[in-house]
Amino acid sequence: MRKLFFLKGPLIYFTIFVVFFLGSDQIVKVSAFTNQVIQMGAVGEDVIELQSRLKYNGYYTSKVDGVFGYNTYWALRNFQNNFGLPVDGIAGAKTKAMLVRATKYEKTGTSAGSNVPSGYSQNDIQLMANAVYGESRGEPYIGQVAVAAVILNRVGNSAFPNTVSGVIFEPGAFTAVADGQIYLTPNETAKKAVLDAVNGWDPSDNALYYFNPKTATSAWIWSRPQIKTIGNHIFCR
Amino acid sequence: MLKGILIGVLSIGLIGTAFWGYSERDEKKAVKIQAENNYQRAFHELTYEVDLLHDKIGDTLAMKSKTSLSPALVEVWGLTSQAHSNVGQLPLRLLPINKTEEFLSNIGDFSYRTAVRDLDKEPLSEKEYATLQRLYENSAEIQGELRKVQHLVFEDKLRWMDVELAYAKEQNPKNNVIIDGFKSVESSVASYSDANMDPALTNFKVNRNNLANVKGEDITKSQAKEIAKKFLELNGTEKIKVSHTGEKLKDHYYSLEITDPKQKNEIYMDITEKGGYPLWVISNREIGKQTIDLNKASLNGLKFLERNKYPNMELTQSSQYDTIGVFTYVSKIDDVRIYPESITMKIALDDGSIVGFSAKNYLAAYTKRKIPEPKISIEEARKSVNSNMKIMEERKAIILNKLNQEILCYEFVGTRGNDTYQVFINANTAVEEQIKRLNNIVENFD
Repeated sequence: MRKLFFLKGPLIYFTIFVVFFLGSDQIVKVSAFTNQVIQMGAVGEDVIELQSRLKYNGYYTSKVDGVFGYNTYWALRNFQNNFGLPVDGIAGAKTKAMLVRATKYEKTGTSAGSNVPSGYSQNDIQLMANAVYGESRGEPYIGQVAVAAVILNRVGNSAFPNTVSGVIFEPGAFTAVADGQIYLTPNETAKKAVLDAVNGWDPSDNALYYFNPKTATSAWIWSRPQIKTIGNHIFCR
Repeated sequence: MLKGILIGVLSIGLIGTAFWGYSERDEKKAVKIQAENNYQRAFHELTYEVDLLHDKIGDTLAMKSKTSLSPALVEVWGLTSQAHSNVGQLPLRLLPINKTEEFLSNIGDFSYRTAVRDLDKEPLSEKEYATLQRLYENSAEIQGELRKVQHLVFEDKLRWMDVELAYAKEQNPKNNVIIDGFKSVESSVASYSDANMDPALTNFKVNRNNLANVKGEDITKSQAKEIAKKFLELNGTEKIKVSHTGEKLKDHYYSLEITDPKQKNEIYMDITEKGGYPLWVISNREIGKQTIDLNKASLNGLKFLERNKYPNMELTQSSQYDTIGVFTYVSKIDDVRIYPESITMKIALDDGSIVGFSAKNYLAAYTKRKIPEPKISIEEARKSVNSNMKIMEERKAIILNKLNQEILCYEFVGTRGNDTYQVFINANTAVEEQIKRLNNIVENFD
């Protein structure tokens, strides 16, 4: 028994040595954590590494998608708690060093997700971008944000349909829908404008209507209380 | 002579016919667009409702009290009937969409039956919870498939009219993306999925629209300029255009347009006339490569708020969109989060400068306040949280209820499976005031 143990001893040391050596070699090669402090809402390669490492030691059980959401947050906090680190759900230098020591990084996923403002899907944003582009692509940026805000103000107003698609496709509501311009491919500016509006910016100050005074044919629209003019559009309630 | 008249008459006839033909073509096009719009609306609404349905079912799973469960089930039931009617409007008559419809009637029946029942006398049984759980998973699958079809509709600019035409030509059209997409919805069915439109804390619907709470002296145009210069930390070479807006309305603003001739940058800003508070700022500049992280940016934001006399703010949400960080901060008084007093900021991750600011919610809600004492203890409140939920964080908070009243609550953030929920329990009555699934991540399709 004892003899066997003596034989085993060096073998174990050797194995540990080899594993450690190979392991550390691998860490040097693939360790990709930049020096960024990773917190909730972050996206990108560092988040993929964070999720992969937490998945490696079983703290993270969801899909590795490169977006730091709640599942990553709880996993990180549990890890911090069990490894005697301050539990703040933020991956700073100490936490990252501990992760690198405790886990191996095998990339098990790619950027497969993105943040969206609470309550909206990516397709909602796409649909709004189509509408904004069709309605106001010639307008200044701020005017495009305002048009997107008008759509959202209508969604929140009981006199209008209560969904984004309902508001946009309401018959006669938007000329770009009636003449088919909504089916053009929107540019990045229109998408950016929609994101701003969805995140809470409203340059129109709660407008429900807007019109171009040069082309407006309805007398009714002139009777609405006007708020302001942005570009070629007058915004009103 | 006769020949000349004949030529004249004929050419007028020809022009007339051409004009008639052209206007016919125009009219036909208009009718086609109209029809297409109706289909698109029905489809996008369907996906939205299925999104919402998934969320609402998820919420009911995390609820405990009967007083919030019944209305939630009624809501689910209402949604299923709307979704049903939208399925019916799609030009898919010949496609077997029974499974989708079957799912909708299942969930409709279930929610109706349980909603009208007196849940105090006869609460949901284990088996019913299991059914609800299965319907929840089903809804996730169907949601995923529908979103895929929706993505393809955008990506490849698909027209529902083409589906209609494809069916007009042959009984079983092949290679039509929409039809194939719906077939895969069918084959994957056991499900539907989610998106939520709860009056989220910082979302549009909760916004109180006027600034009646804002106090102070009216400011002048030149004062507005000074405020902007200080707030935006301008260097003085910029051109500032000011106009007075909202004259016919209750709230008046100064709207500023600030351009720097040296840089290609425009900043827009609204300042309240009363008190001279910055309402919102949007800067539309090109943002370069990311050099600072979200954490650093969020701390920058906090410092900016302190400099501008918004003390005691706490970060509650941060999200990265490419090279921009969007952050939400709320007031914190005596360890109580005042959710209605929220400020949202956009910070560029290339140099950490502020490119967006919105204090609309903050200004609408701000008031000198004394935090009332809760009537029940946090232990008592905890008992009102569904036992399926594992509580991870708890704190006191003031929120707006559906009637736009501020109420003191205990906030619990916890998990149920892979979902995170935020539950607000009234600190006086122990009633579940609000329950919300927290999820701001979506899957990319490309």
